[in-house]
Parts: sequence; structure tokens; C-alpha cells
Amino acid sequence: MSRLFEPRRFRAMLVKESLQIARDPSTFLIAFVLPMLLLFLFGYGVNLDTARGNIGLALQDNSEAARSLAGSYQSSAWFDVRKTGAVGQLSDDLVAGRIRGIIVIPDGFGRQVAHGGGDIQVLTDGSLPNSASFIGAYAEGVRMAWAAARAGDQRTAVPPPIQTDARYWFNPELKSRYTLVPGAIAVVMTMVGTLLTALVVAREWERGTLEAVMATPVGMGEFIATKVVPYFLLGLCSMTLCTVLAITVFGVPFRGSPLALLAISSAFLFPALGQGLLISAATRNQFVASQVALLSAFLPTMLLSGFLFEISSMPKPIQAITYLVPSRYLIPQLQTVFVAGDDWSLFLPNIAALLGFGTLFFILTVRATRRRIA
Amino acid sequence: MTDPVASVAALTKRFAGQSVPALDAVSMRIEPGRMTGLVGPDGAGKTTLIRILAGLIDPDRGSATVFGRPATDTDRAMIGYMPQRFGLYEDLTVIENLALYADLRGLPAAERRASFDRLLDFTDLRRFTARLAGQLSGGMKQKLGLACAMVRAPHLLLLDEPGVGVDPVSRRELWAMVKDLASDGIGVLWSTAYLDEAEKCDTVTLLNEGRALYDGPPQDLTDTIRDRVFRVGVPGAGRRVTLRHALDNPAVIDGTVQGDALRLMIRADTPVPTAVALGLAPGATLVPARPRFEDAFIDLLGGGPSGSSQLADHYRQIPQTDAPAIDADRLTRRFGDFTAADHVSFNVPRGQIFGLLGPNGAGKSTTFKMLCGLLTPSEGNGSVAGFDLRKAKADARQSLGYMAQKFSLYGDLSVQQNLNFFAGTYGLHGGAARDAIDRAIAIFHLDRYLKVNAGTMPLGFKQRLALACAVLHQPPVLFLDEPTSGVDPLVRREFWNHINGMVEKGVTVLVTTHFMDEAEYCDRATLIYRARQIATGTPDELKAMAGKADATMEDAFIALIEASDLQREAA
Repeated sequence: MSRLFEPRRFRAMLVKESLQIARDPSTFLIAFVLPMLLLFLFGYGVNLDTARGNIGLALQDNSEAARSLAGSYQSSAWFDVRKTGAVGQLSDDLVAGRIRGIIVIPDGFGRQVAHGGGDIQVLTDGSLPNSASFIGAYAEGVRMAWAAARAGDQRTAVPPPIQTDARYWFNPELKSRYTLVPGAIAVVMTMVGTLLTALVVAREWERGTLEAVMATPVGMGEFIATKVVPYFLLGLCSMTLCTVLAITVFGVPFRGSPLALLAISSAFLFPALGQGLLISAATRNQFVASQVALLSAFLPTMLLSGFLFEISSMPKPIQAITYLVPSRYLIPQLQTVFVAGDDWSLFLPNIAALLGFGTLFFILTVRATRRRIA
Repeated sequence: MTDPVASVAALTKRFAGQSVPALDAVSMRIEPGRMTGLVGPDGAGKTTLIRILAGLIDPDRGSATVFGRPATDTDRAMIGYMPQRFGLYEDLTVIENLALYADLRGLPAAERRASFDRLLDFTDLRRFTARLAGQLSGGMKQKLGLACAMVRAPHLLLLDEPGVGVDPVSRRELWAMVKDLASDGIGVLWSTAYLDEAEKCDTVTLLNEGRALYDGPPQDLTDTIRDRVFRVGVPGAGRRVTLRHALDNPAVIDGTVQGDALRLMIRADTPVPTAVALGLAPGATLVPARPRFEDAFIDLLGGGPSGSSQLADHYRQIPQTDAPAIDADRLTRRFGDFTAADHVSFNVPRGQIFGLLGPNGAGKSTTFKMLCGLLTPSEGNGSVAGFDLRKAKADARQSLGYMAQKFSLYGDLSVQQNLNFFAGTYGLHGGAARDAIDRAIAIFHLDRYLKVNAGTMPLGFKQRLALACAVLHQPPVLFLDEPTSGVDPLVRREFWNHINGMVEKGVTVLVTTHFMDEAEYCDRATLIYRARQIATGTPDELKAMAGKADATMEDAFIALIEASDLQREAA
């Protein structure tokens, strides 16, 4: 009987697969055009930073201090003071969404300042929590900066008893692009690894080619391997393209080592390919396979991996589900290797988790891909 | 008896969700050096049996043995298997496909060159080695599929319906190629739904609904009906009525129209009735005819249906008109540079059957679609039931019933829902719709399937439902696109009884077919090849063009196509 593995058969199938990849425009689209599209989308289109907030200013005190602080808000780079007036008038604009917050400098502010105090009120729209907390924090920041500058001018100030000095490591400007672009690489590898492989094996079922191949001495292990190797390499090519673009076009820092990136990506492609092959083997139909791949791989990577939404701020049950999403273990590694640098104590457990998933998927795939039609 | 290269014994396979087993205790053997035919209508179990032999399906019971080992654990390198869809990679070239299968089957590198040369010459594909398999014609794909299956001289060649979807010329060439191989000592299993192919095999297993009805040399089976098949000339237009009368005689178990003659089979151990008893002209003589495999199959199944058609009995009488019911006047359709139909002209008087014959891709369907109003002609004109195709498209469509090639009803709707839907689309409402539907259910015996999704019915019932839907509104003109492709000969007989009956009521029928036997039912037919009409006439006139005595429609078809090719090369 024929041997389970024979280099000649394996090479022939590899050549066939490579020719198909090279000749199929859809492979090229998914592996190279789509990643660029995604990268540009997340690099330019989606921005989780609130660059400049429109606010209203209600100046209820006419002291020099109050006017000076109002001036600070007006000249602040973080705010665009659209309107000044009474709180009552401004609240309509807030409700209508024309401004994101109202800063109230209350009556008697000047007197409080003279006594070393000085409270202001910040009204924000809680239905937009991101903007609301941004406006609140930055309004306070501007006031503190103003108070500090004023103290420095007068050289009489007593330093405040406690001072927080926030310092944002790795991403001092808190640019979301720095985390979004590495995250997009995870999405790209999911597309190439899972969607593409899910389609290619299903296609062989649909076109009847697998039936002819199964009737030859080819082992099913060989068949699976020849599906894995080319798409593994293709996945790494897409990843490299994205990395180069991330660094050159989007200015994302790369503080880790290429070796670490390669290790991380390879570890992720293992379960991604396994999942794609499993979907293919189970559905045997390109349309169903693409739907299952989108639902089980693409969407979880977008929503549940910590790419767009922080896992720690999700409800507990959802957090529990994220542990079943392989890309959850990839996102922190990618973000780290780009923005922070090599941290093998973080990488190794995550790589182990990915390899675990991969092993599981491949065992299931081998069991599902029997050399039988029915 | 020599040792078989492969055999199955008491093989049974039932698929989940199916009430009848796909294979029911089938036994057969494939011996080296012989062409073994696996014959039967669609759904008979041919593909299941071949896949079991290829080790791709586990049988429920019984055994499948290849080279003395279980089929699932044998030397696959020595099996050549060509699935129905050839198994070619369409985005690989001819030579890349060959190379792939050579490596997969472990063809020694030293033999590679010789093997490729031999196969490329054999299949006449040498000119196309760099062409993608997806861009080959159906016949060339089939030859390449065969070449891939035998790139390393196999000991067993399994061919699953290699003749389907291929024109008769390619089919004949392929047969010759495989026959050649068999004589080298290869065991060949050739599965087919064409019963005329069965006659040419050395030995045949006849499958029907999963059971083997016969296993042995085809001649032995046709011998059982020797002296029972007759041919009788019926000049003039009366042959449809005559056939009906003859079939209603209990002594006649099968009958078909053969141009200007009828072919009748007499029940076993029954004296041959007189011409008068059969409703023939008093002087008509019954001439003994050579029995065919199909006759024997019908006999095994207990004979064909009787002659009358309930559908026709209930059909309205279509009023007489002088104008032709269907008129095609230089119909031409171009797709870019490609001309799919080139000045096709014919007309069909009321109450006649007209046939469009031709290989796949010749332009039959394009012509058909223009006449249905589904495709606008680039040039030329046409009318259906007196309605101009360009000016009164909707009226033309309303006056025709259309039965599309393949099953084109809603597979996810039940039979009842399909009938309701089509009654509605043809403008039947209330009582009229109910009556038409009830009648259709009774005539086609659809009652037990009413609540079943149409897509899950056996093929014969699907075709019945499709015909039922097409004639709900009793149209004066009927378009049938490959109406009996793949169904068993009994269902085909039943269909033609309905069609003949309706024609007697004045219905005009346009039919496309690649079953040359069916062309015999036509009053006139035109042969379309490479978008052009190459011959038009009555079946007997067409057969006469083959240039030899006792020619079949298929002989005529091949002769005319070859003549056309020669003419083209000369030009």
C-alpha cells in the first residue's frame, strides 16, 4: 500500500496550490488589497481620539481671575469655544449636540481663587461617555494648568498638597492609531488564515476536484498539509506588508524585534488556518463556509479580541467568552511588540494558548476530513 | 472465468434521510480486458456504486473488493477514476493537470514522457497543452479527464457517465479510446444512462432504483425479446393516433414513433395481433426488427404505459388557424463577437412537433430563449401563436407553456405550492385554478407528494411536476427543453404519450433533445451546429442524409456534423 507521506505527491500538490493562488485574483484581493484597505481604514478613517471638543462657556463671575481662566479655555488647543452665555441658553445646544460640554465659571470664583480655592462646574452629555469623560478630564487639566501658571506668575503660591502627574507610557500622545494599526494586522491574518482557507477547501468539494484527488493515493494528511503551507506563507506575506505600511505610512513605532513578530504571527496563523480548514471540512460549500468564517472568526476578532473594545470594560459573561477567541491572545502581543518592545513573559503564555487552540482545531479537522464522500 | 479486478457482493447502501436504499444487495464483477457497462436511469445508484469501488463511500452491508482487497484499502495508484465532473482543476493548464495526476498516481519519472506523448496523441490534445482546463470544450474536458485517470496505466478504470453532456461525435471517439484500453487488459466500468451504449458493452449490469435487474452480456437480454419487436410503416400524419390505438391493445407492451414508422413490442407468449386489430391500415405488414437493449429494459420493467393520455383527454381543442403556430425568421443573436445563433429560420404549423437538435453549445437554447421572449434577437424576427416576439412579447409568452431544461421549479416549495404559484403566474384564479391543479394532481399521480418539497422528489416526479406546471393554463404552444433527459424509459414513454395526445388536440410543440430516439417523434427537425442550421427535414429525410441504409438518427447526426466540419475546413 502507498505510504502516508511521499515527498513527490506533496510537492505536486504544493505546486498545484501555488499555481491556483497565483492565478486566482480573489486570493490576491483577500491577501493584499483587502489588508491595505483595512489598514487605511483603521489608520485614517477610524480614530478613537477626540481631537477637539466643542464647548460652551458660561461665565457667571466678572473677576479678573474668572476672565483669565475663560481666556485659557478659549486659547486651549483641546477646546473650541463655540458660544458663551447663560447656562440655560447653552443647555439647549448641549441637548442638540452642537456642543459636547458646558464649562461654568460660577459667581464668586474670583473670591475663591483669592482664598486659594476656585471650583468650576463641567456639564457634559452622559449619553456620549467617551466625549463626556474627555471633556471633563481636559477641562480639569486646563484649569490646573491655568492655576499653576498663575501661581508661577505671582510667585506666592503654595504648592498643592497632592499632585497627580499622569504619564502615558509607550503612547504618550494616546494616539489610538498606535493600537488600531497593529490590531488591524490581526484582522488581516484572520481573513487570510481563516476565510481564505475556508473557501479553498470548500471550493474543491464544490468543483468535484477533491473527489478525483481522494481516489488517488494522496493521504488526507498530505492534502491538509498542502493547504496549510501556502496559506501560512501567504498570511506571513500579508502580515509583513501590513507591518511595513504601519511603520512607514502610519508612523507606528516598532519597538520589538522582527523575530518576536514572526513568532507571534506564526503562532496565531496556526489556529487561524486550523479554524478555516475545519469550517471547510464541515461545510463543503463556499457560501456557507464564508458565512461561518465571518461569524466565527472575523466578527469575534473585531469585537471580542480587545482590538476595538477593551476587554476589561466588557460585562463579565462577555469577558468569559473572549477567552474562546484566539485573536484575544494575539492583540496584546501585537500591540506590545509594536509600541512597547519584546516582552517574552507576556508573549510565551499567549503563544502557548494559541498553539493549544491550533492543536485542537487540527485534531478536529483531521477527524472531519475523512477520505469519504458520504 | 478469469479473476475479476474488482467485484461487489450483496452491496447495500442507504443514505440518511432517504426512504429507499441507493443500492440494494447489488452484486457484479469487473473482469480484465472487458467493457463492463453500468446502466440505468438517473438515481438508479450508478454513482454510489462507482464511488464505493473508488473507496470513497463505505457500504452499509456487503463487500466491495478491488485487486483482492477491500476497496477502501487497496492500491489506489492502480485505479483510474473519472468522476462525473471530470475532477479537473480548471485554473490549471492541460499539461499541469496531467503532471499533477501523474505525480499523485506515482508515475515513474522515466515513463512520464512516453505516457504524456501517448495520451496527448490519443486524446488529440497536444495543440492545447498550454490552455487552461476551464477553457476547454466539454468534449475536450472529458478527454483530458480520461487522460488524467489513466496517466499511469491503471488496472481498473472507473468512468462515471463519461457520455453525459458531450455531443455524439465526442462520445463515439471516447468510446473507441476506452475500448482500445480494455483490449490491453484493463478492467473498465463504464456507467451510462444511454441504453444504446449498453448494447456495445461486453457485459452489463442494469440498475434501477438501487436494484440490479440484469447482469450479463447485453445480447443475452435482448435475445429474450427476439421475434417480439416489429416495425410497421404508417405513411402520412396518422402515426400518433395509430400508436395510441396500438398501445391500447393488451398484446402490445411497448411502442415508439420512428419517423414514418412505428416500433412495437409484443407481450411474451402472445400471438402477434393482426394489423387491423392494432388499428393499422389493412395492408400494413409488421416487419420483424432487431431488438434493442432499451426494449429489453422496458420488458424487464413489465412493459410501457398504455397509449391514452388523461392529460390530452382533458385538454381543450386548440382552434384551427392558417398561420404557423411558431415562426422563426432569420433569428440571430450575438454576444459581443460571438454569434450564438446565426439566421435560424423555420416554421411549425399548428398541431405539429418540431425538433431542435444539436450538440451542447450549438445554439439550441439561444434559439429557444429568443422564441420564448427571454432573449431579444440581435436580428430577425419571430412569432408564437400569431404574436410578434418584438411587439407583443407578453401575449406571446402567455400563449406558451415552457418546460425548462433541468428542474426549474422551486425546490424549497412543496408540490402544492409550486402548482398554486404557477397557476397564479399563468393568470388562473379561483375555480379555474383549483380545477386545473386538481386535474394535474390526478393525471400525474402527485397526490402522495403534495406536501413534499419539490426538490426532494425522485427525478421522474420532478419532470412530471414540471410538465404539469407548464400546461396548467392549456396553452396552444408548448416549449420543451430536454424534457426527458436522464429519466427512465418508462417515464419517457409516458411523456411522449402526453405530448402526442396534446398534439392531436392541436397543440404545437417545440422540443430540444440530444436523445436521438426522441428526434424520431418529431414531424420535422432542424440540426443546429455552430450556431447555424446544417440540415432540416423529417426524421426519415435526415436519416437518409447519413448516406447508408438503416441509419439511426445518431448516425445521421454524426454524418451531418462531420460533413459540416469538412466544408468549414475547405472554406
